[in-house]
Amino acid sequence: MFRVAPLRPGRRLLAAATAMTTPLLPEDFLGLIDPLWSTTQLRGRVVARRRETDRAVSVTIEPGRDWDGHRAGQYVRVGIDVDGVRHWRSYSLSGPQDADHLTITVQAVPDGIVSQKLVRDLPIGTIVQLEQAQGDFVLPDAPSPLLMVTAGSGITPVMGMLRTLDAAGAVPDVVVVHSAPSAEDSIFAAELAAMAERRSGLRVITRHTGEQGRLDLAELDELVPDWRDRDAYVCGPSELLDAAGTHWAATPDRLRVERFTAPARSTGGSGGRVEYGDRAVDVEPGTSLLEAGEAAGVLMPSGCRMGICFGCVLPLRDGQVRDLRTGDVHGEPGDLVQTCISGASGTARLDTP
Amino acid sequence: MTATLDRPVIDTATVTDDVDRHPVRPSLQLVPSSRREDVEATTSLTPEQIEELGRRLDAIRDRVLAERGESDAAYIRKVISSQRALEIGGRALLFAGVLPPAWIAGTAMLSIAKIMENMEIGHNVMHGQWDWMRDPKIHSSTWEWDNVSLSAEWRNSHNYMHHTYTNVVGKDRDVGYGILRLSEEQKWNPYYLGNPVYNFLLSLFFQWGVALHDLEVEKVVQGQKPLSRVWEQVKSIGRKAAKQFTKDYVVFPALAGPFFLPVLAGNLTANLVRNVWSHAVIFCGHFPTGAVQFTEEQLEGETRGQWYVRQMLGSANLEGGTFFHLMTGQLSFQIEHHLFPDLPSNRYAEVAPEVRELCREYGLEYTTGSLGKQYLQVLRTINRLALPGGKR
Ligand SMILES: Cc1cc2nc3c(=O)[nH]c(=O)nc-3n(C[C@H](O)[C@H](O)[C@H](O)COP(=O)(O)OP(=O)(O)OC[C@H]3O[C@@H](n4cnc5c(N)ncnc54)[C@H](O)[C@@H]3O)c2cc1C
Ligand code: FES
Repeated sequence: MFRVAPLRPGRRLLAAATAMTTPLLPEDFLGLIDPLWSTTQLRGRVVARRRETDRAVSVTIEPGRDWDGHRAGQYVRVGIDVDGVRHWRSYSLSGPQDADHLTITVQAVPDGIVSQKLVRDLPIGTIVQLEQAQGDFVLPDAPSPLLMVTAGSGITPVMGMLRTLDAAGAVPDVVVVHSAPSAEDSIFAAELAAMAERRSGLRVITRHTGEQGRLDLAELDELVPDWRDRDAYVCGPSELLDAAGTHWAATPDRLRVERFTAPARSTGGSGGRVEYGDRAVDVEPGTSLLEAGEAAGVLMPSGCRMGICFGCVLPLRDGQVRDLRTGDVHGEPGDLVQTCISGASGTARLDTP
Repeated sequence: MTATLDRPVIDTATVTDDVDRHPVRPSLQLVPSSRREDVEATTSLTPEQIEELGRRLDAIRDRVLAERGESDAAYIRKVISSQRALEIGGRALLFAGVLPPAWIAGTAMLSIAKIMENMEIGHNVMHGQWDWMRDPKIHSSTWEWDNVSLSAEWRNSHNYMHHTYTNVVGKDRDVGYGILRLSEEQKWNPYYLGNPVYNFLLSLFFQWGVALHDLEVEKVVQGQKPLSRVWEQVKSIGRKAAKQFTKDYVVFPALAGPFFLPVLAGNLTANLVRNVWSHAVIFCGHFPTGAVQFTEEQLEGETRGQWYVRQMLGSANLEGGTFFHLMTGQLSFQIEHHLFPDLPSNRYAEVAPEVRELCREYGLEYTTGSLGKQYLQVLRTINRLALPGGKR
């Protein structure tokens, strides 16, 4: 969430100005005028929204000056406030590589906290938190013939690649096999068709799973007979990615995948193995992370030991914890948890101070 | 004198089902802890009643937690941006401080900004009231307040020591700040003749009082704390204080060039106003007549319900309007704050009537009054306790 930027001349001035704003930073005051002026926290402003399908929108975001740009196929972590609480999610960049603004395309998942908000209620002008683009689901510098197998919102990183190639006027031999439940649900359908019209190297095969059923990768032999000679990029639901792993088992180097669904989380239960920094501790059901850590000799910060003083918070790295007061299981990587009132719920990892 | 926490003593005559009569004060007799047998003979809350009261308070807490959301987040963000705007405005006006109206307005704005920063923002953010938003800029572990005391030290002395051991003489260092005699349990010695003077000085230099209070120097004397640790703390406080000092007394006056003096005087005044004000509000939260003190033995085996009762009896509220509450950092709802120290401060006003009603129902004192009245009571206590044998 925090980054250190090299000092530009304006920065030196700002650094000097901290004498006037201590213990805050100049940006905390300048932020009253424009929140994007922050140098410690990358932010962006929503400048446009475009409906793609009933369930999907593209959101264009003007990033702060520290945005380093992205490579086609990469994703960005976006922090969005929903009901006053900040949530971080990853979204692939669907816009071309050298655009000033960044564009993400989001498809609402049922009961999704962030995707529902992004798709239904994100007014122009909203300020969002950003991290720099990341991910290695990107094209090599000199692409050989390509095969893109995508499903649902999995088309987004591929769209970023195609738009980049299209803008550079150099679409090589690319076959896109995209699955969506129906024509109406198919994101970027019109744009893909128009691009295929314009660029002879691009072939788009669309699969409407509502009528034609799910794609079986064995069908590639028929749809794309030379699939073995292509670099493959696969993005979609877990089942598709798992199937791709099997299908390309003989030539794993030819396959790149991008996984959209979060890694499995602990599903409740009580107690579990918790790592405190580099020490692993078995936490009994009903024992707090603080007690268990202390019993194991970990140097734990603490205070009131009853959930009041926040003297015991540690950042969660992995997994989730159980609120011993309510029984609720909660936590996301980076959350600060009160160890004195949290128990284990499966495996988890905490950073120690 | 002390009330026994496990059995708050109720004067039967004042406990009544008649809703119109407010049997609030003085329903609680203060009984020395040595007279426990007498206590049992009097009408008192049973352990079951205390636990039931605890559950009802938990229910209030759970409800607010469930409701917490967008509007609360908007509230603290608005307070923060208003505070910053006020600070910029006040400092800008002070640059025109050779003109008396500009000086007065600028100083007033800066004073208000400093008070808001310490009370409604700093104090409450560091309690973790806004941690649920997961905004690292408004988080208890990252916030550093505009005050010479270090937030990390203060979180220990205040959030932990004071809020866990509220009004327990010998444990809660807010009872007297290590300087004053505020309880009869503190053994008198001739040093305490200066009580009123120390208090006056403490109010002028309150931010320093808070910073030095974090050092817990008396623990060194008792051999519970190494001197080297104090020295480390002194160095960090010194570093922070130097920055604070440079900002208010060097950088801003220097920027004003020929108008150096008005800016310096304005900043000095604003710091003074903030100190005197916060001292008054904080002292009125625990030391007016009616707020009860406790002994260490009463802590033993304390249940959640008993802890709640101690928080209620040990705290006192202040009456006033919305702006007044804002300027006290909602510590005018000291009772609610002590019951629920990590609920967003903007919710205290909302739960206060319910807490008051619960107090009435259980015959517990809900101490409240105007700032002027409570402050006079505090001063009276301080004066009385300057003398041997003085009663609170
Ligand atoms: C590298 C990466 C890139 C991504 N790129 C995109 C993108 O370009 N466009 C896009 O729309 N999403 C993308 N995602 C998924 C996105 O980050 C969120 O997981 C998704 O928007 C759901 O978040 P939510 O808060 O709405 O749902 P949550 O409230 O987190 O979850 C609600 C329910 O939906 C399930 N769920 C979570 N994610 C998905 C999913 N992707 N499909 C189906 N069910 C799910 C959860 O298990 C849960 O049961 C990407 C994820 C990653 C890791
Ligand atoms: S030690 Fe107090 S909240 Fe954990």
